[in-house]
Amino acid sequence: MTLLDVHGLTMKFGSLVANREVSFSVDEGQIVGLIGPNGSGKTTLFNCVSGLYKPIAGRVVFNGKDITSKPVHEIAQLGLTRTFQIVKPLSDMTVLENVMVGAYLRYPDREAAREEALKCVKLCYLEEFRDRLAGDMTIGNKKRLEVARILATNPKMILLDESVAGLTSTEAKEMVALIVKLREEGRTILMVEHIMEAIMPISDKIVVLSSGSKIAEGRPEEIASDERVISAYLGEKYAKRFAHSGGGVGHE
Amino acid sequence: MNDKNGSFMKSKRRLIDNILWIGLIAVLAALIFIPGAIGKSTHTHVLVLVLLYASMAQSWNILGGYCGQISFGHSVFFGLGAYGAGMAMVTYGSMPWLGILAGAIIAAVTSVLLGWPCFKLRGHYFAIATFAIVEIFGRVFLIWDWIGGALGLDYPIIKDSWSYFLWSSNKTGYYTGALVLFVFIFGVVRYIESRKLGYYMRAVKEGQETAESLGVNSTKVKLTAMALSAFLAALCGAFFAQYNYRVDPPMVMSLDMSMKFVLITILGGMGTFWGPFLGAAVLIPLQEYTRTSLAFLGPGVDQMVYGLLIIFMMVRQPKGIMGFLAEFGILGRNEKKEATGDDAS
Repeated sequence: MTLLDVHGLTMKFGSLVANREVSFSVDEGQIVGLIGPNGSGKTTLFNCVSGLYKPIAGRVVFNGKDITSKPVHEIAQLGLTRTFQIVKPLSDMTVLENVMVGAYLRYPDREAAREEALKCVKLCYLEEFRDRLAGDMTIGNKKRLEVARILATNPKMILLDESVAGLTSTEAKEMVALIVKLREEGRTILMVEHIMEAIMPISDKIVVLSSGSKIAEGRPEEIASDERVISAYLGEKYAKRFAHSGGGVGHE
Repeated sequence: MNDKNGSFMKSKRRLIDNILWIGLIAVLAALIFIPGAIGKSTHTHVLVLVLLYASMAQSWNILGGYCGQISFGHSVFFGLGAYGAGMAMVTYGSMPWLGILAGAIIAAVTSVLLGWPCFKLRGHYFAIATFAIVEIFGRVFLIWDWIGGALGLDYPIIKDSWSYFLWSSNKTGYYTGALVLFVFIFGVVRYIESRKLGYYMRAVKEGQETAESLGVNSTKVKLTAMALSAFLAALCGAFFAQYNYRVDPPMVMSLDMSMKFVLITILGGMGTFWGPFLGAAVLIPLQEYTRTSLAFLGPGVDQMVYGLLIIFMMVRQPKGIMGFLAEFGILGRNEKKEATGDDAS
């Protein structure tokens, strides 16, 4: 079943076209990767889907409802939430308090919200830091906090904006394992990522953007051997390496 | 790490906090029953003012401290409350209670009507807009005959009583009333602080985008905070009118009065439960006693002392007295920055 359907989405900033008639869909329970060179419009697309920007044309349908141009908080209430590429911790609140803000969406009662938040904190390996101020954490923990916080809103679908980039290789492995775990829980995931070793092995489908347009869409192994994608983004070296290793998180 | 230890420390702190709060109420209430402690003296006057200004600052703290929306317009809501009481007493010759309630409701509604357009502005621009609102209301009330215009409303001489909430021979009644107001407003904040609204307000302050991405309707949260803040500020205004036996526009709807709401909270510590009380407990006695002891130097000396104190505070500890106390590990949270090795970002 299609959970998210993006249809003919176009976004402009002045005369700059950031997204040009992008269409793709995400089925329930899938992990879909969104890749492309810097400036290809991935984050803009995320912002349009999550409601931060209002696209000038096109439609976004989530779970059968047209959410185009709906405010961010309403989209989140419907069960579609996102993390930010540049982490945005609520710095002066503790880790647990950050997650509780998310939990209050479905659990207005204080004790229930706290319980739910604790569950998410634990799931994201943040338990030992729960009384720490979010602003004082390392980047890896802040990224995990982003995930824990949106998990607490019990979303159907999660948009992850470069959650793996910038992490140490151990942290990256943990994050990838976490993402897989989330899918096993039945959540649908759309993720932007630059680290191919993280995204290729776990994705059911890859969507490739270049200069704002979709240039390819398909299973990871199709994408890795797609000429257009190789010339626009992956490069020959990666295509060869992917063919040999079959993916997997590793060092550059 | 020291998870158990950490949360143990936290719950211990909460316990100490509760004991302090109950203890403070008990001590302040006990003063009423100690003969000679409360009465006609200047000290009673100062105590009443401390409780009143602490309550005012706390009502402001809901919107400005917890929710992060700095308003210089609270004297408007304060004034509406004062006029609610004044109109009931003077124009309608009744007891003040219905007027107080009406004033507070009008203040809350007004705050929402003002907040609706103003919350489209962020940060400093919101603050600037609220400046203008005080001026507008102050001017309108000056020329509005129905509510007494520039002359204001002078209370009639009435026998001391609780039903009219007026006393002329003795301040015990006012002290008791101020204490009730103080406990009520601080109690409200204590309640919401640890609940959904409190979390949402802080989330909006810390990061509106983040809050919204978590399903928080930030406009609704701000308007709720504003309405609650204005309602409580209006109750303080009503007390102020009853205490002064009169109300006129410059007395209540001035930038000067607005600044009191802001500065007391900043001095004590914004967004903290104890901040407004500590700010008032330091500033009000300082202001009242410097005014009397340094009167020979001319008018306005108390204001200068006040100003210097604020400047010193902003330079030394922007988090106010609560920030100082946290440095020593007393009251409030004191999560030290514990570097975790690879402190990126």
